[in-house]
Amino acid sequence: MTNQFSSGKGMTMTQKILAAHAGLDRVEAGQLIKARLDMVLGNDITTPVAVKEFRKIGVNQVFDKNKIAIVPDHFTPNKDIKSAEQVKFIKEFAREMGIVNYFEIGQMGVEHALLPEKGLVVPGDVVIGADSHTCTYGALGAFSTGIGSTDMAAGMATGEAWFKVPEAIRFELRGKPGKWVSGKDVILHIIGMIGVDGALYKSMEFTGDGLKNLSMDDRFSMANMAIEAGAKNGIFEVDEQTLVYVREHSRKPHEVFTADTDAVYSGEYVINLEDIKPTVAFPPLPDKARTIDKVGNIKIDQVIIGSCTNGRMEDMRMAAQILKGRKVHPDVRCIIIPATQKIWQQSMHEGLFDIFIDAGAAVSTPTCGPCLGGHMGILAKGERAVATTNRNFIGRMGHPESEVYLASPAIAAASAVAGRIASPEEL
Amino acid sequence: MKTQGKVIKYGNNVDTDVIIPARYLNTSNPAELASHCMEDLDASFVGRVEKGDIMVGGRNFGCGSSREHAPIAIKYSGISCIIAETFARIFYRNAINTGLPIIECPEASADISEGDRLEIDFDTGIINNLTRNVTYQGVPFPEFMQELIAADGLIGYLRKQAGR
Repeated sequence: MTNQFSSGKGMTMTQKILAAHAGLDRVEAGQLIKARLDMVLGNDITTPVAVKEFRKIGVNQVFDKNKIAIVPDHFTPNKDIKSAEQVKFIKEFAREMGIVNYFEIGQMGVEHALLPEKGLVVPGDVVIGADSHTCTYGALGAFSTGIGSTDMAAGMATGEAWFKVPEAIRFELRGKPGKWVSGKDVILHIIGMIGVDGALYKSMEFTGDGLKNLSMDDRFSMANMAIEAGAKNGIFEVDEQTLVYVREHSRKPHEVFTADTDAVYSGEYVINLEDIKPTVAFPPLPDKARTIDKVGNIKIDQVIIGSCTNGRMEDMRMAAQILKGRKVHPDVRCIIIPATQKIWQQSMHEGLFDIFIDAGAAVSTPTCGPCLGGHMGILAKGERAVATTNRNFIGRMGHPESEVYLASPAIAAASAVAGRIASPEEL
Repeated sequence: MKTQGKVIKYGNNVDTDVIIPARYLNTSNPAELASHCMEDLDASFVGRVEKGDIMVGGRNFGCGSSREHAPIAIKYSGISCIIAETFARIFYRNAINTGLPIIECPEASADISEGDRLEIDFDTGIINNLTRNVTYQGVPFPEFMQELIAADGLIGYLRKQAGR
């Protein structure tokens, strides 16, 4: 890492997007601004609190019924009566306000897989979401960040939010990742390197010629976990792959922002993708990263393949590639959760479900469920899981004395077969 | 405005899952949330916390989820202020928006011990350790955030702006 500040006065990608949305020619790190919002998001846990706060503001309509998305995905399909009451409450609010993008079961998906797929976020947007993994949309070259329910309420009422303009850390990605190495391994490697507060209050900006070797699904996984380094947002430079994705998924107008060549960064890293090995984050923090060769013999009880981090089409295909013709270890529960209905259907059409079921894995309807210890795969005391999710905090997936190891779909699927944390190379 | 209370101290990276585990997020009732506050990190917290107590953490306090239930659970458990070396940014926003006083002060975070009695002056950011007769200077809030706090959070601020 170089600690020298660049000499220029230019702006980062994030700063340019924020300046444009604040109606300013330029902004500087540390400046407090009010920015126009292109999308305000909430889920079944955070929206009920937001609705109660919204009612206190004293307005009787939302700023734009097309620019709010409400996705009941955490405890859905409703796991108990209290969860059902929360979803009913937000659904009634969505209907009353005429919110267009309310996604009922059968339409919904895990929010951060769903919104890009539905074309609701495009390059250059400013998005806030009452869910910390809202930073996922940085993969599209948008500024998107997690906020709480009160900010969501204010955003729904006014169409604006206040921000402190962040500094940025620049990650220049070079080369091509090796076999079994995905975006998940790259981001776990980076978080392991800089720590869970290594990018606190800052942007993580990803650029470099290595980008062309990272698919959109890889980039969504990486931007998704920027929050696990404490970042305000993670953002990727827009390239041809991004534009192809946007053309396929959205009709919304978009704007591409690029960092100035003399932009100021608080730190710069060069990451050689070919040097990165499959990486596992040990409990209880996402920065406890170890490469697969240094994991040792860790027996497991459960594998989760899914979530807003890794429940996308490439993740399903990778899991199938490894599980094909093999059996899940008899001591392991392997639960696979395609993140959206579209991914579910595509997986079905490609025959992936036959592979999963023949291997002895269970396939679930889209839900965040086990990732946050909600439902659909809770751990007992002393149990261990390998999960393609994003957090491994104490008690995250169930009992406070259970453990979660974060990994890519390739490692998770191989571990399901081996009954211990394993690489596909070992099968 | 001032507060006084005894310290309950934790370490670095106190995350929102230990502040309020997701299994209790099928409600947003503050009293119910408070009854499970800190449960997975410190099962004794709910039994021993007294109104006015001050929570002290290390680095990156409140990391993880955006759940506003976390500052709500802490506030309704009786905690009058959180002091930490640094706060995770969503938690920082949520605390201000919900009217839970927080102060960043690396020196205080390192020096204060469990059980110390503190007096905090929110206007100046000065933390007085009454047990050990030491004073620390916390990082003051920018003016805009002081306005938010004075309006009892973001919603009060918006109401005030709209003249309601």
